[in-house]
Order: sequence, then C-alpha cells, then structure tokens
Amino acid sequence: MPVWTLYGLKQGKVSQRWPAVGGDDGQSGVLGFPRFDPAQCQSGCRDCADACLPQAITLKEGGGVNVDYGRCVQCQLCVTACPSGAFTLSSDWAFGVRAREDLVWAQAANSAAGQTLKREIRKVFGRSLHVRHVDAGSCNGCESELQALNNPYYNLHRLGVFFTPSPRFADLLLVTGPVTYAMKGPLLAAYEGMPEPRFVMAAGTCACSGGTNGGGYACGRGLDGLLPVDVWLPGCPPNPAAFIHALLMLLQRLPQRVRGGHLMEDGDGR
Amino acid sequence: MNAPLLQDLAPSQLPERARALLESGGRLQMAYAWFPDGAIELRYLAAARPKVFEIWRVRPENGTAPSLAAVAPLLSWYEREIADLCGVRFEGRPEPDPLVLLPGARASAPPLTPGADLRIDYTPQFARLPEIAGPDRADVQVLPFGPVRGDVLESAQFLFLYIGEAILHYLPKLFFKHRGMEKRFEGLNAPFAPVLAERVSGVDSVAHALACCQALEAAAGCAVPPRAHWLRVLLAELERLYNHLHYLGHLCHTTTLKVGEAQGKYLEELAKQINGRLAGSRFLRGLVIPGGLHREPRLDGLRESLARLQEQFAPYAEMLETSTTHLDRLITTGVLPRRTAFDQGASGPIERASGLDRDLRRDHPYAAYDELKFPVALRTAGDAHARQQVRLAEIESSLALIRAVLDELPEGPVHAECTPPPGSEGLGWAESPRGSLYYAVHVGSDGRIARMKIKSPSFSNWRAFPFTVHDTNMMDYAIDEASFGLTVAGCDR
Repeated sequence: MPVWTLYGLKQGKVSQRWPAVGGDDGQSGVLGFPRFDPAQCQSGCRDCADACLPQAITLKEGGGVNVDYGRCVQCQLCVTACPSGAFTLSSDWAFGVRAREDLVWAQAANSAAGQTLKREIRKVFGRSLHVRHVDAGSCNGCESELQALNNPYYNLHRLGVFFTPSPRFADLLLVTGPVTYAMKGPLLAAYEGMPEPRFVMAAGTCACSGGTNGGGYACGRGLDGLLPVDVWLPGCPPNPAAFIHALLMLLQRLPQRVRGGHLMEDGDGR
Repeated sequence: MNAPLLQDLAPSQLPERARALLESGGRLQMAYAWFPDGAIELRYLAAARPKVFEIWRVRPENGTAPSLAAVAPLLSWYEREIADLCGVRFEGRPEPDPLVLLPGARASAPPLTPGADLRIDYTPQFARLPEIAGPDRADVQVLPFGPVRGDVLESAQFLFLYIGEAILHYLPKLFFKHRGMEKRFEGLNAPFAPVLAERVSGVDSVAHALACCQALEAAAGCAVPPRAHWLRVLLAELERLYNHLHYLGHLCHTTTLKVGEAQGKYLEELAKQINGRLAGSRFLRGLVIPGGLHREPRLDGLRESLARLQEQFAPYAEMLETSTTHLDRLITTGVLPRRTAFDQGASGPIERASGLDRDLRRDHPYAAYDELKFPVALRTAGDAHARQQVRLAEIESSLALIRAVLDELPEGPVHAECTPPPGSEGLGWAESPRGSLYYAVHVGSDGRIARMKIKSPSFSNWRAFPFTVHDTNMMDYAIDEASFGLTVAGCDR
C-alpha cells in the first residue's frame, strides 16, 4: 500500500536514542517516588504514615519512619501530608533492583550480598532477551506502559528485547499484578514451561508487594515467596523508560540505580 | 448533578416496575446489594427520564428476590454477581451459573458479607459448555484460549466452539483478574478512596476517581469550586484522547495496517507525555480528590502541544477513513444490532455506534459539562467501522472541549472541604472513554466507607460483546474484539 508507505516515510524517524547518551527518555514532568530526607523528619509525628494507603511508610519503634518503595504507589499524598518537608516530589523512577531490600530506605547505601547475580547472563543471552508477560491481576496500567514499549518512540525491538507468546521460548517471565487466586496456577504453569536458565521480573508495585490492591479475599501480595525474583521494579505503573532500564539492567547493559532506597548517579551502583 | 430519587419497593413489585420503566423508554443501569445493619438490601439504578436517576430500594424476603433478567436481560450479570458476592437468591434466573467466582472456586461465605473471615478454595474446573446438538456435532471443536494469552494482553479465557473457520458459539470466561476491589474500599476514609479507585482500571483512572469522588461529594453534600469542575472536564477529555488514540493504533494492528498502527500508538504516546507534563502522571493520577483537585495541573504549553497533536491527527484520521484494505475488514464486521445493544446494556462508544443516543455527559451532566456544548457522536451501522467512526469523532470533540476549557476556565480555588457524615450515601457517575461508569458509596456509622459499588463500562460491554461473535468467523475475531476496546481489569474488579 504505497500511500501508507509514503505517509510513514513523511513522518520521519521518531525513535529516541535513549538510553544512549543524548536521547530523550520522554518522561519530562513525570513524578517518581517521593524522596525521603530523615533530617527533616519531626519526631512524634505520624502524618505521612497515616496518609499512606499501601503502608509503604510505617512508624519505627522509638521514633522515625520506615520507607519501603516496594510498596509505594506514587500517590504523592505523603508529600502533602508531611508538615516539615521530609518527603519531596521527585522524578526518581528508575527503581529496578536485584534485591528486594534495596527498595527499603536505609541510612547508608549498602549493597546486599549476592548482588552480582548470575554472571553468565550476558554469555547466555548475548544482548537479546525474549520476554513472556503474565498479567496476574493488574489494573491494566502496567500493560498500557508495556504496550507502549513497542510504539515507535521507545521501539524496544531496537534494543534486542522481544515479547514472545510462548513460555517455551522465553528467557524472562515478566509478571504484573498482585497475583489473584485464579491467576496463581496459570502463572506458575508459565514459569514451569520456561527452559533454564530463566529469570523473573516483578513489574509494578502490585507484583512487588501487593500495593494497594493486594491481600483481601481474592489476591495474594505479589511474587514474594511465590517465585524466585531476579529484578524488582516498583512503580504504579513503571513508565516505559523505567521498564527499559530494568530490562537492560537484567542484561547487565545498564547499572542498577538504586541502593538502600537511594537513587544514585549513573555509575555509582555498578 | 441532580440527586437520584430513592423509592422503596416490595420484591413482588419489581417485575411490573421494570416492565413499566422499559415501556416508557427508560433503562436499568445497574443493581447491587449491601448490608445495612446486617440485613441485606438490594439497589436498582434506573434512568427513567433525562437528568433524573431513580434508585429502587428492595429488601429481599428470606434472602430471595424475583429475577428481572427475563424482563431486562442486561440484569442477568448483576444478579449472578450479587448471588456470588452477597448470597441473594434470584427466583427464575435464566442463567444459573456463577459469574464472578470461577468454576471450582468456593468461598467460605459470600465475600461481601460484613465481617466475614474469608477464604477461597480453588480447584480449577473447566467451564460448563452449552450442549452441542445437530448432525455436525461430532465435527465441532472446542478451543480454549487463555487465560495467559499471546503478546502483552490482560488475562481472560475465551472458549470457541467452531468448525473450521466458522465460530458457532463464543464464551468469554472473565474474572480471572477479580481482585475483590469493592471490598477493599470498606473501612477506608474518604481521602483514600480515589487512590484505590484510580487503580481499579488504570487506563480509566480519571473517570474512576471522578465517579468515586462525586459519590463521596454527593454523600457529603459539599460544593466543589467551579475551577475544579472545569479542570475535571479537561482531565476527563485528556483521558478520552489517549485511550481513543490507542484504540485506533490497536485496531490497525488487527487489520495489519502496520504504519497505521505505528502512527496511532505514537500519537497515544505523545498524548501520554502531555499528561505526564500536566499532572506528573501519564495516567493523570493523583489530581482528582473529594472536594476538587489535589493541586493545580501545569497548563503552560498545553494548548500548543495539543495543537501539534491535532495537526498530526487530522491527516491520520483521513487516511484511516479512506484506506480500503482497512475499511474492508471493518465494514459489516462484528455487528451489534440496536435492539441487542439496548437489551444487553452496551455502553459508551459501543452503544452510540449501534444507534443509541446516550451520553452521561449530556444526559446527566456532571463537573462543568452542563456549561459546555459538544456533539454526541452517533452511528447506526453497529459494525467495527461505526465504532471506529464514533471514536474518531469523539477525539475531535475532546480536543474542542479541552480548548473550550482553556478559553473559559474560571479563576479561584480548586479544593473545598469534603467529609461525608456517618450514615450518608451518594451516587457518582462519569462517561469514561469506554462508557458509563457508576460508583455508589454508603458511609458507615463510624464515618468510614461501608460499601462501594463500582459499575464499570467494560462490565456492560463484555456482556454485549459475545452477541457479535456467535456465528461469525475466526478471521474477524481479533478485529471485532479490538473494535470494542474492552478492558478486563475494569470488568473483573
């Protein structure tokens, strides 16, 4: 159909160079996880914890608060609730980590043991990855952003990452949703159907911890204890650039950017 | 928003009342149950005449009420859901199977019973199939597809009974994604409600937050500042915009129009990036709260970015409407007759493509819609092409509405105090990109939410969809499904 070919050519190239240097990640203005500054935190105050529906912020015994970004749904209500500015808006969204503990805010940026993850990953997969996605009860927000990865702007294919319909051809099981009672069986069956070596990504806050939607009579609380997770990617939902970062992090083509709940400059987390 | 009229009916009065409503041109919108003071109560929402909703309040006798499904077929799913989740028995139900609870799932008590310590035991079972008769029955094959499907898709299982290319019967098995969202609202304070509502169906975040907050505002009797009303229109139309653009790209995917797919999804991406700059969220989350808006959105540059988007959209729309290979696959595909659309409760662009002239924004105005003029797109063919045309027209009208809001936006605050008092109730609604969305809230004696009913448009449209698949062919299925633009998360909740 030449008219569409001509039309397509006239649109020009819109794919971004990102994550290569100089590319636009397309997330201008998008808010990430609220940044926490314990120096600003007033003791005896519980306003942030009271404003946090998924209990990402909880009170510490003896004062202060615990912050677990693996439970955060980025509603930003804590930023408004905090009277002393300990929580501030940020654009920190590239929060993929290999160890769940790294999503919990810690005083020092500590690297958990066993960080080096299967060293052979690059050797085995080269620079390519085939992904089987399983929706285990998401709100469709994560799917919307995963589908966006294949639009011409992000053009995931150019990075060697493909979605595959069969678990038998898949290297990575990418799971969204808190895992409903009905999807637990099909999810485990998809994992069983994958050849070794295989990897698992908990994508979105629901899959990391249940978020606001987990628990209750019909849901679990994400993948913890259900499958061996290699990458945790919280976010409600993670934006397409965050997905790309987490996928490339798995392939060891990009460094992890978060340790102990701190976002680091590129390179620090290597 | 006009307050609905509340009327008490005895169970025996229901069938007659439903018949009278339908004969006068009215339509039932939803039904649900809740447990005031431990006793079960049914609620039916009826649109009797323009701008006024009626709520029928019915106390079942011995946990039993007459089924209205034979009078108003769209109620069948509501009755099945109420039976599953609240334990009401409906006498004379034409479809006796459970709906929300999957075959093989047994709840220790009906899940919405107050205070029940619940557990679901689940041993997966194959769905009960319709009996196959006739001389060719040995040739009929059953294809179960899902719940994990190809590509990046939501989980649902579809059963096809087919011979060769011909689909004889189609049975969608949904509710694999049932998360018990309505129950999760119970015990929450009002400020948390939109956080949860935005996560019922992610791509309808604004509509859900809006309907939810309007229900709470109706319960509280609070007045939302005019500026917040206008900005809510802006957010709702931005949501329609990116959803409809996605829809066009996805529809092109199924007709294998590759460049059309790429362009539709690129335009969707541009719309989402506009959202990100405006709200800090590509899904426009975190702005709509009870009493107005959480904060001012960033409006600088919006007019210019939308103008650029519209410049790219116009030739794209024209190309879609003139590409014969694309149109050949849409015209006469997945026809939903007007009568079926009405009886089965189709909603939004689906019913408007089948000749039903209804739109909550005009018929039951909320936010600032009563101060704005806009056309309601209408087609009569009821096929996939008509559904594309309705969406194309709605994109144009959304862009015009956003410009009108920017032109006439009043100054002032965007938030007012809003706390629903103990024992109050309220109904909120919104015309989401997929159709009519209702939230009904009941506040308990402790001031916390005691019950939140969510009626999503996809719940209505999944009910109507199979009628366009029976007796068609496999080749058209993907196109037909894409042309409905359904979500599973909204339906399953």
